[in-house]
Amino acid sequence: MSFDINFIGILIGAIMASSVPLILAACGELITERSGVLNLGVEGMMIIGAISGFALMVVTDNLFLAVMGSMLSGLIISIIFALLTQSLLTNHVATGLALTIFGIGMSAMIGKNFVGIPGKEFPLLFVSLKESVPFFGPIFFGHSIILYFAFLLPFLTNYFLKNTKVGLIVRAVGDSPTSASNQGINVLLVRYSCILYGGAMCGLAGAYLSLIYTPQWIENMTGGRGWIALALVVFATWSPIKVLIGALIFGGITILQLHMQAVGLRIPVQLLSALPYIMTIIVLVVISRDSRKIKLNTPTSLGQIFYKEK
Amino acid sequence: MEALLIKVEKRNDVSPSIYFLTPVLAIFLTLIGGAIIFYVLGFNPIEALKFFFITPISDLYGLSELLVKATPLCLIAIGLSFCFKSNNWNIGAEGQLIFGGIVGGGVALLFYGHEGFYVLPIIILSGAIGGMIFAMIPAILKTYFNTNEILVSLMLVYVAKLLLDYLVVGPWSNPEGFNFPETRQFSESARMPILFDGLRIHAGIFITLATVFLSWLILYKTYLGFQIKVSGLSLKTAKYAGYKGKTMIIIVFVISGACAGLAGVGEITGPIGQLHRNISPDYGFTAIIVAFLGRLNPVGIIFASLVVALTYLGAETAQIFLQVPKYTGQVFQGMILFFLLGSDYLLFFKIKFLGLRKNEL
Repeated sequence: MSFDINFIGILIGAIMASSVPLILAACGELITERSGVLNLGVEGMMIIGAISGFALMVVTDNLFLAVMGSMLSGLIISIIFALLTQSLLTNHVATGLALTIFGIGMSAMIGKNFVGIPGKEFPLLFVSLKESVPFFGPIFFGHSIILYFAFLLPFLTNYFLKNTKVGLIVRAVGDSPTSASNQGINVLLVRYSCILYGGAMCGLAGAYLSLIYTPQWIENMTGGRGWIALALVVFATWSPIKVLIGALIFGGITILQLHMQAVGLRIPVQLLSALPYIMTIIVLVVISRDSRKIKLNTPTSLGQIFYKEK
Repeated sequence: MEALLIKVEKRNDVSPSIYFLTPVLAIFLTLIGGAIIFYVLGFNPIEALKFFFITPISDLYGLSELLVKATPLCLIAIGLSFCFKSNNWNIGAEGQLIFGGIVGGGVALLFYGHEGFYVLPIIILSGAIGGMIFAMIPAILKTYFNTNEILVSLMLVYVAKLLLDYLVVGPWSNPEGFNFPETRQFSESARMPILFDGLRIHAGIFITLATVFLSWLILYKTYLGFQIKVSGLSLKTAKYAGYKGKTMIIIVFVISGACAGLAGVGEITGPIGQLHRNISPDYGFTAIIVAFLGRLNPVGIIFASLVVALTYLGAETAQIFLQVPKYTGQVFQGMILFFLLGSDYLLFFKIKFLGLRKNEL
């Protein structure tokens, strides 16, 4: 095989593209979890975002509306979760699972009439630079605006959590809702906002899949990416920058797997496809062994029900 | 202006009648929710609900199909109830089911051409062991490496699915099968006996019923069951009482893995009769809903499995008559769980209406 520097560039570009939905969903979920809420509905919110985005694109023929609509629908469906877990004090794990099951079913129902319709071309930025600049061209240019946003998001999230007052409040609520509440912070408001934000980001992640990555609607098209995003948050020990690194690793495995298939290496396709899942387990084991490491960053009240006597 | 005054008070005790009535309320609300969704999508809601919940079980064949679907659901949910009661979140029963199916199916292929009464028991046993082994992975990682069992058990579902895919496409595919992704049909003595001619209901239902009885014995009549319940209610109490937490985690995972494995092997030796890519329509995930709807109680789970099995049948009927996708069943399954969890609020809180009061302007 000839060694081609441009090919490596294209490969890296492809890896970046495949990591976008993971970054978006995981960064959203990270904020939700930092406020002490474990939402296992990522997959469901993502797929609702995917179908809403695609359906809106077909109906309105306007990509901007489609993207905004997908975020809105992710947000709306996450309201169900917020209402149940925060106001009706239901178990986070069970409610999140219900959200995923419901989301997959609902998306298929909405998407019934959108199967087989071809997608629309999503505008890419700096396409001329992509071709003219060797190696760096395919890495930095010729992507959609959502990709650039996704790669900025971990840094923004990091800044938000570490350097802003609201970020501090979110962390305080996640670490000790009772003391935050005693300080006069409206815990419910903070948690509702964080859940809704997470929903919007998952919706956007879904829209990236159905509008840009594979521009069409296929039932169950998120294919477990929501669950990987959830695993990524733990993998990153709730640090946004590590989410970015993790997402690139997972994107890398996905792309590598496709290329190894294309090159015709004598490794079963299924083994390669299983690699991201096996990797997640291995990483989880490695980081969980050190309980101090986990405790340092884990939101202390994660998944616990908060109830304030009135 | 008038305002309705509502006061929410915490209940000190949970009344048992409400405890088992809220699932009924949840089912009722789901029907209303379903009617609204069908109406929004442009169907006649009453007719749609009839296709969904009445047409499928209006004849003997339909009733038999209901039991065919409830058999694995009930079995898995019973196993999961052990995990959930003790606060262990095994949500990878689907993977354990598939792995049980793989091991059981492998043994069935090994016995291809052999006939004898011993074949089926060996296959069933190996399926249970397969599920057990697969469930041991998250359990051991949780006990010794402090790893989150939710994520590990879930990731393993995908691993199991891909392993099954590899086997039926590659080494285990039927040599006379024109490259279809499926194994040979198992031989006659590797199949679950059919109970009635012309229906699909099979002997697997006895395995399920026996498991229900056994788990009732364990949960309510043994010290182990008591320990499981106590650790679910308060981990601190369990520690103080000196229960071996790690052993308990492994035991509940082994029980639920074995149940899921049995369900898997029941499917492949029962209605399916071979291994192929889709040996389970997400029974392992749906069983989580069954476990909750049945209040983690063996008898409750029997009823819950029938209700949830009906959503599967309903989706199939609705797919034919209303041309809605088969995933519609999941909309109902999700809604049942939403409403059930939401109405649990009534268990722990009293809502008091204090009447109308005129607000002074």
